[in-house]
Amino acid sequence: MGRQVSEPPTYTPFHPRWYRPRISAWWWLKRRSSLAFILREVSSIFVGWFVVFFLLLVAAVGGGEVAYQEFMRWAAIPGIVLLNLISLFFVVFHAVTWFNLAPQAMAVHMRGKRVPGKLIAASNYGAWVVTSLLVAWIILAGSR
Amino acid sequence: MDDYITMQVARYRPEDEDEPTFEEYEVPCHKEWVVLDGLNYIKDQLDGTLSFRWSCRMGICGSCGMTVNGEPKLTCAAFLTDYAPGPVRLEPMENFPVVRDLVVEMTDFMEKLTTIKPWIVRDEERPLAEGEYRQTPEELSKYKQYSMCINCMLCYAACPVYGLDPEFLGPAAIALAQRYNLDSRDQGSAERLDLLSLHEGIWACTFVGECTKVCPKDVDPAGAIQRYKLDAALTSLKDFLLPWGAR
Repeated sequence: MGRQVSEPPTYTPFHPRWYRPRISAWWWLKRRSSLAFILREVSSIFVGWFVVFFLLLVAAVGGGEVAYQEFMRWAAIPGIVLLNLISLFFVVFHAVTWFNLAPQAMAVHMRGKRVPGKLIAASNYGAWVVTSLLVAWIILAGSR
Repeated sequence: MDDYITMQVARYRPEDEDEPTFEEYEVPCHKEWVVLDGLNYIKDQLDGTLSFRWSCRMGICGSCGMTVNGEPKLTCAAFLTDYAPGPVRLEPMENFPVVRDLVVEMTDFMEKLTTIKPWIVRDEERPLAEGEYRQTPEELSKYKQYSMCINCMLCYAACPVYGLDPEFLGPAAIALAQRYNLDSRDQGSAERLDLLSLHEGIWACTFVGECTKVCPKDVDPAGAIQRYKLDAALTSLKDFLLPWGAR
């Protein structure tokens, strides 16, 4: 007599000759989307660098005129300028890819209907622009 | 347009090969033929030893997922003419052990699927005599998208996290957990959360987003996982902030 139909299914966990390919360390170069994903992950290092740079600036401002001038000289070294340019690229890349993904993570419902993804992305970009303008205004108004 | 197209098909014959090789077949490239028709032509006319899974031919059964020219696809939904002049390269789905030719071993997914309890969980079952659990169209629309999953596993084949860490519960299983959590008739979300909030659950996902791109039924597993992360975070915050009884 075979197994009863009502019994839960049992699967065979053992097979002597499965082929299990090893995943190459360069798997992220195979597809454009994987490369974009890895670049987004790497961008977090540069986001971190911007935070460190900003904290150093705050410390220099707190340290007085001499410390501030010293910091500005250090920040003007070509190597640091280059690092900051690369960081700017990655931070913008991080922000753009993140805002493009935001509609997937936010399912906002209004009057029983789901708000379209483009509107959610647009509102994120809008908030970004407004915040940037606000920060620019504070800095520029303060430097006058 | 060419009348014939070349299909390069991965063959793995475990009885006499250690790793897969490719074989080329010339198949008719009719306008209405999909890749699966090409495979069936090979099986019927050219080489009866070729092994692959298929059933419905209409994107419902989820059996015929394979890697077509490097992309995870349902072969019943991939037209041969879209790959003309060819060749079309066919491999088994990535991230799964290969049993033979284009057939992968899917026990891992089947077992993960049952752990998330993909059925309606009730604290107390109502007697049949009291009738069905009723639901409004609005309540249905909350989870309907996630209920379209056909378990084709293309999302697992596309997910680098699953490829690198096979412990990861994976996109379809989490989307299906969300399908039942959002169902107004279900009361099992707390039970599922215990499993899903483990590292191998939602937190292993790094939001690559490929699962959603390859899904043939527009289920959006990536979205389901991110929304689940938000729910889980809010639940833990509530547990932390609110005293017992006020939750």
